[in-house]
Amino acid sequence: MYPILAKTKLNHNVDEMVIRAPFVARRCEPGQFIILRVDPEGERIPLTIAEYDAKAGTVTIIYQIVGYTTQRLSEKNVGDTLEDFVGPLGKATEIHPCKRVIGIGGGVGAAPLYPQLKKFHELGVSVDLILGARNKDLIILEEKFSKFCKNIYITTDDGSYGTKGLVTDKLKELVAKGEKYDEVIAIGPLIMMKFVSLLTKPWNLKTNVSLNPVMVDGTGMCGGCRVTVGGETKFVCVDGPDFDGHQVDYDELMRRQGMYKTEEAHVCKVGLRSA
Amino acid sequence: MAPNMNPKKVPIPEQKPEERIKNFNEVALGYTPEQAKEEAMRCLQCKARPCVAGCPVNVKIPEFIKQVAEGNFDEAYRILVSENCLPAICGRVCPQETQCEILCVRGKKGEPVGIGRLERFVADVAMEKGSQEIPEIKKNGVRVAIAGGGPAGLTCAGELARLGYDVTIFEALHALGGVLMYGIPEFRLPKKLVEKEIAVALKLGVKIEKNVIIGKSITVDELFQEGFRAIFIGCGAGLPSFMKIEGENLNGVYSANEFLTRTNLMKAYDFPKSPTPIKIGKRVAVIGGGNVAMDAARTAKRLGAEEVYIVYRRSETELPARAEEVHHAKEEGIIFKLLRNPVKILGKDGWVVGMECVEMELGEPDESGRRRPVVKKGSNFNFPVDTVIVAIGGTPNPLIRQTTPGLQVQKWGGIIVDEATMKTSKENVYAGGDIVTGAATVILAMGAGKKAAHAIHEALQEKELSSLV
Repeated sequence: MYPILAKTKLNHNVDEMVIRAPFVARRCEPGQFIILRVDPEGERIPLTIAEYDAKAGTVTIIYQIVGYTTQRLSEKNVGDTLEDFVGPLGKATEIHPCKRVIGIGGGVGAAPLYPQLKKFHELGVSVDLILGARNKDLIILEEKFSKFCKNIYITTDDGSYGTKGLVTDKLKELVAKGEKYDEVIAIGPLIMMKFVSLLTKPWNLKTNVSLNPVMVDGTGMCGGCRVTVGGETKFVCVDGPDFDGHQVDYDELMRRQGMYKTEEAHVCKVGLRSA
Repeated sequence: MAPNMNPKKVPIPEQKPEERIKNFNEVALGYTPEQAKEEAMRCLQCKARPCVAGCPVNVKIPEFIKQVAEGNFDEAYRILVSENCLPAICGRVCPQETQCEILCVRGKKGEPVGIGRLERFVADVAMEKGSQEIPEIKKNGVRVAIAGGGPAGLTCAGELARLGYDVTIFEALHALGGVLMYGIPEFRLPKKLVEKEIAVALKLGVKIEKNVIIGKSITVDELFQEGFRAIFIGCGAGLPSFMKIEGENLNGVYSANEFLTRTNLMKAYDFPKSPTPIKIGKRVAVIGGGNVAMDAARTAKRLGAEEVYIVYRRSETELPARAEEVHHAKEEGIIFKLLRNPVKILGKDGWVVGMECVEMELGEPDESGRRRPVVKKGSNFNFPVDTVIVAIGGTPNPLIRQTTPGLQVQKWGGIIVDEATMKTSKENVYAGGDIVTGAATVILAMGAGKKAAHAIHEALQEKELSSLV
């Protein structure tokens, strides 16, 4: 059992939880993820790691309440335990020392972006950041990022905070102004990562993305997380979750993400009824 | 007592096909005590006892059967578990027809003794009565780590614990059992029974660390630093192979691993009571001809598919599945499309709508000794299906080999061992089961686990002795 040591609501739909999981924390690196089950008959869901502390044996997860399992998770509080918590899974992000990078975090995608950018900063790389969301309430972790990011640009769809518009508009503007970056790290909804990649490809600007598809075991056993990268089938759980954004077949992945839409809608209703 | 000379086995009661395709309950119902005694009387108690040599864990078959014939079921169980810690499981899933039963002298004129059925009976009776005893063990305090809680790891752990070792099993999933839990379906091997039998086997004081992945959460070298003196790797051939044909990433295409894991381990058949969903279409094609393919096809039928096909590139004689599984599948209305092979999966709006297949014929034998399937030119045809399950085997889990320097592996990823001891190229590291052999059977993995346990015992004892000198 894995105790919940702290829980903070980052906004009405996103929680941060600190979990005691020494076997996960001891070898954690930026870019990796965990799989958890809330209770004994629960479903296995993957979540990216936001922070970790090997000494304290803790791992921080940040999740958006999107379905049955994240709903159940958000009903848990400090002092409760999670049934299962396994990891660290996936390959660590390859962080190459360079001069300057820009991170792009869409919504809750800011969470897995945080340890990656922090690592870049620790290696002496200058880090800029674009945070984007539908509205002000959904922008998370700005204060934490501000500890080491040189420039932070905020965009919201409705203009309630920062500039009104999309993260891609901001990136275009920055590059047009002559800002130079060695690499873009974009993590957020698939559609955002797709359009960031489409934008940076003609510029030949290296773009790293992190994928979080449907999976069961997270160790390469089920193959449910298949994605086409550069024309080849990859398993996100063991070959990723980070990939070269210019090589990912986003349309296929978006379609695969929708495979259980009908069932998910159903189980959500059931969950709400019993709650 | 005169032996029962009936040339046929006492039939085992089964659920009727038309009933069982509507539920996930076990197909075979097991012998009554009378039926078991009657079948046990068919054993001639011959001196040669060829059956024992055919068993990968050398169960004392005639001895336990003699006790069944005499009605001493507790004693029969004691004899059985002295060599095999998972008899209720083995009685159900071992391929007896190619191991012990094929060597039975009764098989020369008629059917061999139903050894598997008797094993299952004895184990079930003991479990029902709770008559399993825990032997008293003198602990030696020497720590051994087991990577993987499947059949190989469980057996190795059980044997070492009995010898007094302080054993810890590290399991990646949230449940022990490996393929027994995620792979083999409920209707062939009830999960409650697996849990119970594993619990009995581990009553010897084996420690369990679930949700720990060797190679990710902790490495083999780190385990040695933590004080483990030997490590057994039994983490299976878990990575599913795909055919590498167009359309394999369409929605509606599953690996058999995913399909079965969702249904068995995550209980998707109970959706929405269980939150893990599964998609099942009306027409399902399972690619492959092994036991896993049969399991997937029969599972699909139970999940409500109207027509389920086995699509296999060779002919019926080459089907690698057990005869019993093929027989059960046919009884349940699974349709066999033999000498057919898909070359492309067809999609519409991102979902499977069919397969383009070719007809095959058998040519010269290949390196496996089976006749090689050759494509019949111009035989392409379309086959409408809405779900495709790929059951063509898997490759070893790469996590351990990637993180364990000094561990030699085959080109295909299997760990290289000395077959007599299951010792790897790395000192104090042993391996067995599918990660060594590629996809094989539960009992072969158990045999390897047992062999490794005794080799570990011998090696560690020698070290202890030499350290005393």
